[in-house]
Amino acid sequence: MSEEKWEPKIVAFVCNWCTYTGADLAGTSRLKYPTNVKLIRVMCSGGIDPVFILKAFERGADGILVSGCHPNDCHYNAGNFHARRRWEFFDELLKFLGIEEGRLQFSWVSASEGKKFVDVVTKVTNDVKAMGQFKAYKDLNDEFTAKFPEPVLNEKEIIMSEEDAK
Amino acid sequence: MKIGVFICHCGENIGRTVDCPRVAKACEWLPGVEVSIDYKYMCSDPGQNMIKKEIIDKKLDAIVVGSCSPHMHEKTFRKAAVAAGINPFLVEITNLREHCSWVHDDIEAATEKAIEMVRMSVEKVKRDQPLTTIEVPVTKRTLVIGGGIAGIQAALDVANAGYEVVLVEKEPSIGGHMSQLSETFPTLDCSQCILTPRMVEVYQHPKIKLMTFSEVEKVDGFIGNFTVTIRNKARHIDEDKCTGCGLCITKCPIRKKAYNSFEENLAHRPAVYVPFPQAVPNIPVIDETVCTHYKNGKCGICVTVCGREAINFDQQDKLVTEEVGAIIMATGYKLYNIDKKPDDSIYKGYGEYGYGKYKDVVDGLQFERIASASGPTEGEFKRPSDGKEPKKIVFIQCVGSRDESKGFSYCSKICCMYTAKHAMLYKHKVHDGEAYVFYMDIRSGGKMYDEFVRRAIEEDGVKYIRGRVSKITEEDGKYIVKGEDTLAGMPITIEADMVVLATAMIAQPDASTLAQTVGIPYDKHGFFNEAHPKLRPIESTTGGVFLAGACQSPKDIPESVAMASAAAAKAMVLFGSDKLEREPVVAKVSADLCAGCFLCKKVCPYGAVEVREVKTRDGVVIKEIAYVNEGLCQGCGTCTASCPSKSVELAGFNNEEIFAQIAAL
Repeated sequence: MSEEKWEPKIVAFVCNWCTYTGADLAGTSRLKYPTNVKLIRVMCSGGIDPVFILKAFERGADGILVSGCHPNDCHYNAGNFHARRRWEFFDELLKFLGIEEGRLQFSWVSASEGKKFVDVVTKVTNDVKAMGQFKAYKDLNDEFTAKFPEPVLNEKEIIMSEEDAK
Repeated sequence: MKIGVFICHCGENIGRTVDCPRVAKACEWLPGVEVSIDYKYMCSDPGQNMIKKEIIDKKLDAIVVGSCSPHMHEKTFRKAAVAAGINPFLVEITNLREHCSWVHDDIEAATEKAIEMVRMSVEKVKRDQPLTTIEVPVTKRTLVIGGGIAGIQAALDVANAGYEVVLVEKEPSIGGHMSQLSETFPTLDCSQCILTPRMVEVYQHPKIKLMTFSEVEKVDGFIGNFTVTIRNKARHIDEDKCTGCGLCITKCPIRKKAYNSFEENLAHRPAVYVPFPQAVPNIPVIDETVCTHYKNGKCGICVTVCGREAINFDQQDKLVTEEVGAIIMATGYKLYNIDKKPDDSIYKGYGEYGYGKYKDVVDGLQFERIASASGPTEGEFKRPSDGKEPKKIVFIQCVGSRDESKGFSYCSKICCMYTAKHAMLYKHKVHDGEAYVFYMDIRSGGKMYDEFVRRAIEEDGVKYIRGRVSKITEEDGKYIVKGEDTLAGMPITIEADMVVLATAMIAQPDASTLAQTVGIPYDKHGFFNEAHPKLRPIESTTGGVFLAGACQSPKDIPESVAMASAAAAKAMVLFGSDKLEREPVVAKVSADLCAGCFLCKKVCPYGAVEVREVKTRDGVVIKEIAYVNEGLCQGCGTCTASCPSKSVELAGFNNEEIFAQIAAL
């Protein structure tokens, strides 16, 4: 894909009760935002595992948004507090992992904040666009595969495995 | 696994910006997809029949429906799937309307996004597990917190329907603020005359367990199955022995040490007291803070006079546990105390009005007591400072309401009405008196309400002045009220004998603590939050907890009563069935993987994680592991994200399902 045509790939992990519903409201109000963001619904922001984020970056996401209910408004009383603490640490760790600041963003969007959802999504998209494609992991992978190419099975092995299958 | 994809046009709603036939066509090629079709209205009967037919004909295992938000039609499509014989949890909804067609203009980009969204759902549905709904039993008892008019009404309604009620009131008597009022607007009914029969009905009702002088300390459990711990504070009087003769009260020598809070501190009460003569139950309380016995162990006159030996100085608080299925919050309000506040207080107060400094500057409830026939002045208008009849009274509205700089942003709703009532009551008794009302706007919406205010102005000659008061000072027993008449456009000074402030209604000071105990959200003012401001005003967001009266926002009596009856009806809806069905979205621990660190137990907001022992056949304990009580688990998944060994998974949203979605990006 050429540089001019590149469009960022952004994933949003959102909670079912506030941000997902807020995004629904953005739709019902016919507000507009960029098409780059795809939502993954979880029940609570407290249930978003940092591994999801890393996996998404590994699989080519250029930016990630995590959003839940406002503090004190969590459907599950305290899930978002756990989330907040976890991201506080995880944000630090990301830099160490070679992911620039700003690629992962956090926000609170309530079910009545359709407009805020649009603003947040637009901001993330613009920020990530300005940063460009997330290549760090892809480059590492390419480098690694160049040095250690995937072993190709030779004919003898293929025959053996076919025999095993029988 | 055979998957069916169904793309809905939603008339033009999705079809306008998403090329639905193209999406359906593209999805045909996704691995695992057996059939992929589009239709104008999937949620219509022909649409659903089409889904059912395809499931049966093509022997599908799971379906993906690209339509509106799952919050809209997930249930519809799950039902269709069940009718065709597949598990309802093998249905995934792709939100093509709210999250795609409605928010994008570019057809090309929106169609691309739609295909990607469906692809993610297809990958998820492949990993979805068939689940069965969980059934939980319902305890058909109700806890009502607060014994004001709202709590009384709710308790009576539920009890009259035949269900048991536990009514908890923190004061020694039920009745709440309504029992303090002299008359009620707009009919000028005597408040106590209409309230006390209800209070007695509560006391005598066989289905109501009345717990006064008690507070809710702990709430465990969930909808249909709450366990509530209630602290029954020590009255130091044996409730079973006391006959309510009142001899201890009349003989108690400590007469002037404590203020009577029922009389809004306009009178004193003895150390042993009932809040007011019609109190229910009519059992006194001994105030430890002033009683001589607790100071030096002497006195004990009450013990001598009590013929029933009901006085028990050593009585301790009791903790009572109750099992209930529904909770009705009816904790009511408090008046904003507008004394001059310390500089670091978040409330600014109104020091310039001299409340607390001048005895004759009183608030609305104090004036109610002065006007009440059972009050400290026995219904005669006498001002607190010298007991003289005030000939000129100034009423000031919106003190603390609609004033963010010194009070609260909201309107307290009832002050316009009760100020008109106060002025009217005064004019009815003091014919040559003058009543002035400073107001911002008159808000008198309600049946016969505006007519009532007009009556005060036109028939009783109350003088309404539109404007605010800047300062009140005292000169020779007169209060100089300086304000502005904004309609005349000039400053105005009135020499008044008494000033009545219509101070804001605020949430109970401990409302937020109670909300945290019960587990319901509250707003920045401390009022409890309803689940939806328009369509679910009675329910809190926590299942099985309902709201009644002024604890939700400022309200007058008819509104509180209406809300209480509605809350009672909501509780009864819950009791209509023996079992509750709930979604099986709960966490489950893998016994093999769990290392027993119990981090999940620490983070669980519901205390749903329990410790379980794994034993050998000989009964030797090998290890301790976590176990999720699916009755308590609400399915937030906080435990899953915290688990270091990934041994706890949330059904319907497990790691594999999420990873599949990420991989399909």
